[in-house]
Amino acid sequence: MNRYFFKILLLLLISINVYADVWNSPQDSKKAKEEVLFSSFSIPPKRLDPVVSYSSNEWAIMGQIYEPPLQYNYLKRPYALEPLTLTQMPTIRYLDSKGDEVEEGDKNLSFSEYTLTLRDDINYQNHPSFVKNEKGELLYGALSNDELEKIKTLDDFEKTASRKLKAEDYAYAIKRMAVRQNHSPVLDMFQEYIVGLEKFSKEITAIAKEKKVKNEPLDLRTYNIEGVTVENDHTLKIKLKGLYPQFSYWLTMNFFAPIPWEADLFYQQQGLVEKNLTLRWFPVGTGAYYLAENNPNKQMRLVVNPNYHTEYYPTLSQEEVEKSNVPKELLKDSGKKLPFIKEVIYSLEKESIPLWNKFLQGYYDASGISSEAFDQAVQISSGGEMGLSEEMVKKSIVLKGSVEPSISYLAFNMVDPVVGGYSKEAKKLRQAISIAQNEEEYISIFRNERGLPAQGPIPPGIFGYEEGEAGTNKVVYDWKEGKRVRKSLEVAKQLLSEAGYPNGVSKKTGKPLVLYYDTTGIGPDNKSLMDWRRKQFDKLGIQLVIRSSDYNRFQDKVRKGKAQLFSWGWNADYPDPENFLFLLYGGNAIVKTNGAGINSSNYQNPKFDKLFEEIKTMKNSPLRLEKIREMIKIVQEDAPWVWGFHPKSLALTHKWFSNVLPHAMANNTLKYKRIDAKLRAEKQEEWNQPVVLPLVLLLLFMVLASYPLYRAYQGRQRAVIKGDD
Amino acid sequence: MLSYIIKRILYAIPILIGVNLITFMLFFMVNTPDDMARAQLGAKQVTPELIQSWKEEKGYDKPLFLNQKAEGIEVVTDTLFVKESLKLFSFNFGFSDANRDIGSDIKERMVPSLAIALPTFIIALITNISLALLLVLFRGSTLDTSMMIVAVMIMSVSGLFYIIAGQVLFSKVWHWVPISGYESGWAGLKFIILPVMIGVFAGIGSGVRWYRSIFLEQINQDYVRTARAKGLSELRVLFGHVLRNGMLPILTGVVVVIPQLFMGSLIMESFFGIPGLGSYTIDAINAQDFAIVKAMVFLGSVLYIVGLILTDISYTLFDPRVKLGS
Repeated sequence: MNRYFFKILLLLLISINVYADVWNSPQDSKKAKEEVLFSSFSIPPKRLDPVVSYSSNEWAIMGQIYEPPLQYNYLKRPYALEPLTLTQMPTIRYLDSKGDEVEEGDKNLSFSEYTLTLRDDINYQNHPSFVKNEKGELLYGALSNDELEKIKTLDDFEKTASRKLKAEDYAYAIKRMAVRQNHSPVLDMFQEYIVGLEKFSKEITAIAKEKKVKNEPLDLRTYNIEGVTVENDHTLKIKLKGLYPQFSYWLTMNFFAPIPWEADLFYQQQGLVEKNLTLRWFPVGTGAYYLAENNPNKQMRLVVNPNYHTEYYPTLSQEEVEKSNVPKELLKDSGKKLPFIKEVIYSLEKESIPLWNKFLQGYYDASGISSEAFDQAVQISSGGEMGLSEEMVKKSIVLKGSVEPSISYLAFNMVDPVVGGYSKEAKKLRQAISIAQNEEEYISIFRNERGLPAQGPIPPGIFGYEEGEAGTNKVVYDWKEGKRVRKSLEVAKQLLSEAGYPNGVSKKTGKPLVLYYDTTGIGPDNKSLMDWRRKQFDKLGIQLVIRSSDYNRFQDKVRKGKAQLFSWGWNADYPDPENFLFLLYGGNAIVKTNGAGINSSNYQNPKFDKLFEEIKTMKNSPLRLEKIREMIKIVQEDAPWVWGFHPKSLALTHKWFSNVLPHAMANNTLKYKRIDAKLRAEKQEEWNQPVVLPLVLLLLFMVLASYPLYRAYQGRQRAVIKGDD
Repeated sequence: MLSYIIKRILYAIPILIGVNLITFMLFFMVNTPDDMARAQLGAKQVTPELIQSWKEEKGYDKPLFLNQKAEGIEVVTDTLFVKESLKLFSFNFGFSDANRDIGSDIKERMVPSLAIALPTFIIALITNISLALLLVLFRGSTLDTSMMIVAVMIMSVSGLFYIIAGQVLFSKVWHWVPISGYESGWAGLKFIILPVMIGVFAGIGSGVRWYRSIFLEQINQDYVRTARAKGLSELRVLFGHVLRNGMLPILTGVVVVIPQLFMGSLIMESFFGIPGLGSYTIDAINAQDFAIVKAMVFLGSVLYIVGLILTDISYTLFDPRVKLGS
């Protein structure tokens, strides 16, 4: 028996060895030696539909496949736009109500007309939807049941084809956005801007409903939006109501990525929908990569698009290099043709521990740092500087850090009778609480120093953010010896007393002040955080009651203005201060707008609102900065938020993964990155040599243990025969 | 036997309706259709119009159990409960709230779940029964006592510990197998060795103790003495007679779980990156995807009922005295 066991085990080990040079490699050993990037995802994307997707995990994939008209320059800081599929940046004409051209600042300005001129060398990825028969009809446009039976994936189609990108594809995407049944999150917003979109949306939604009942495909080519005009194959005009300078930023997003009509019709076939082959899951784009495999339950694979247009790694002037503070190693590939990486494999990793261990083994090229792995990866010096641990340095791992254009804050509900309102006393109460909330301590304890205490709503990297004394919130901090120092608790207590709550006791009622903090954090994991939160209020003698609820109830309370204090956050859509200041604009107050607004604290200050309306459409200039400073000062005084912090993201990359520069706005950065596959293969082999000795010892033990067992069995058998049992 | 099976299948219908009713009530007690829409549509720019259009498209704008606006039989039939339940009984699971075909997803995810669950089940069964019989052979000896202590120790440790310790030891320290991952076909062998071994090991404690107690009840029976008197070796007595007679209680616990093997294991699949059904329901609950939740609860109930019927049938195979339907 032992001989058989040994043979089976040997066979097993040999068979494993056939598949991998090292035993524990989770990858195809051939691919590990090629320019393939190995990455992971923890939450499968819900969809990959450009007019619907609005999550970072979805954009991380789609950004490589779809090409909106504009993109961000990879290296330039502050963030700068550049054409992607256009020959130049869009030209903008300003028109009055009669359609005559006017100057940008003209009082009669009623419309902005964006002209987009497309490059003529851009082709789609190869796809079955583009294949046509001799009559010029789509070959796979009306699949029969027999044909459908043979199809499980897109690879099962015998033929594929491509075609050039046309201006009508961008118009088609906007039309798709207008169909209510597609649930585009930006439709309601753009109905306010794009001329004729609202009317078109109503009409096309009714038509789509009708077509669905009749089981007919909806071909959007036959319908037109008044403000979206296709001049020719290369020219598209989009007419907006009034001024909306932020529209250029929207043109970098997937909502405005081109959709070929052939793909839309192809994917509407019911037989394909039933096989999960839809435009929601199988994008068709012109980008550097195409989605070769999409199994959101296991793995997604991007492969370089053989039809990708010519594009080069960005080149910066010396002045730009200095201004953007770009490291030298990131300029090595300037002027070289993109992309460098041939394939990307994203594997589903739900748990952080296996992901981290695989990164350390060299099987993932980059990794974030989970709280469990933080101490193993990062060392913080006595001066508070972050550096890599010895183990990471030994492996030549590189640490990349950047402050995200986001803010996480503690909101006061301004319509609440206790913490809300605009009286002097109410302001002082909020200011006192703001001083007592030690954000530095929070960042140190709960975020492993990964954050920057916020001074106002605008994060670093966005116009309007200021360093040093000018950017300091004087309500909460003092500027002493070139440093921000949080005001003392005495100052906070004094403010609290002036607010009518000396030592946290109400002058009017003589009862202690009790505040309510709503949260979704339930369970032991959040206990320490809630204890800390209570302690911050306790410093002022205020009693904090934690009200935990599930996410649905929590959101509901916020929408109805029933939460008093709660934590909230915002990630930038685009690098413009308007995208943060609108969080405090009265017109966006969540209660007033029946839950549709994004001003969750319901803050409303007429002076702030007036300034917001002014800066909203202004270009970045000293005047705009002046007005923003004024707005920030107003909100710092009113203190509708405890300003919280701007999160700092940390990422680790192996030495063989280069050209990695964190870019918080761009989603299509994969094409700039590079893999040194030879170095990776060497390191994987070096770090993962199997330790055979325990296996030999184990086998030996099993063989040796079987003998005494056999002897004992014989003894037992004899005992039974003798009748001793 | 056929009439018995038909009768059991007919009994299953009201059970399944009841299970479905409870699922509907519990789910909508916690989640409103508005909440579900928000969960699907994301956090940004979700307007009331967007929510309404989503609900209309998914049919969540209909009342749950009674449609006051309808007339006649439609008061009951034109409701979310009836429309969704009828589809389930024809095993048409429809589309998830994220617009994926649930039937296709289940088929696709069932195979990886089985790739882990089936070998774990078979190896664990053989190992546990063999070890239990071995301990019965050496009953009362030091080996028996020490093995029982070890079994209790194995039972007392969390399954998660074995997973993490196994990954660290066999993959991170000794570099024998990948930490996690999955491939179909033979290439996937290296990925399933560790989870299967851990699954087997983690279940040894309870399994061996349970089977040992079953076999100990048999070992002093008259037929065992007769077998020994015939001169059979102890191994033949144990595997040929004791095992066969101990099969009834074993089948009660074992056959019922066989259909459930399709459903996978949540923790095992999460840690080993197995794209199976284990986390499908939990992920759906977190995403408030009711279409998947109701489909999986229904499927789970059906499989449980199938398991019970199979258990009854298996009794007749091992004990000729048992006659179904008589």
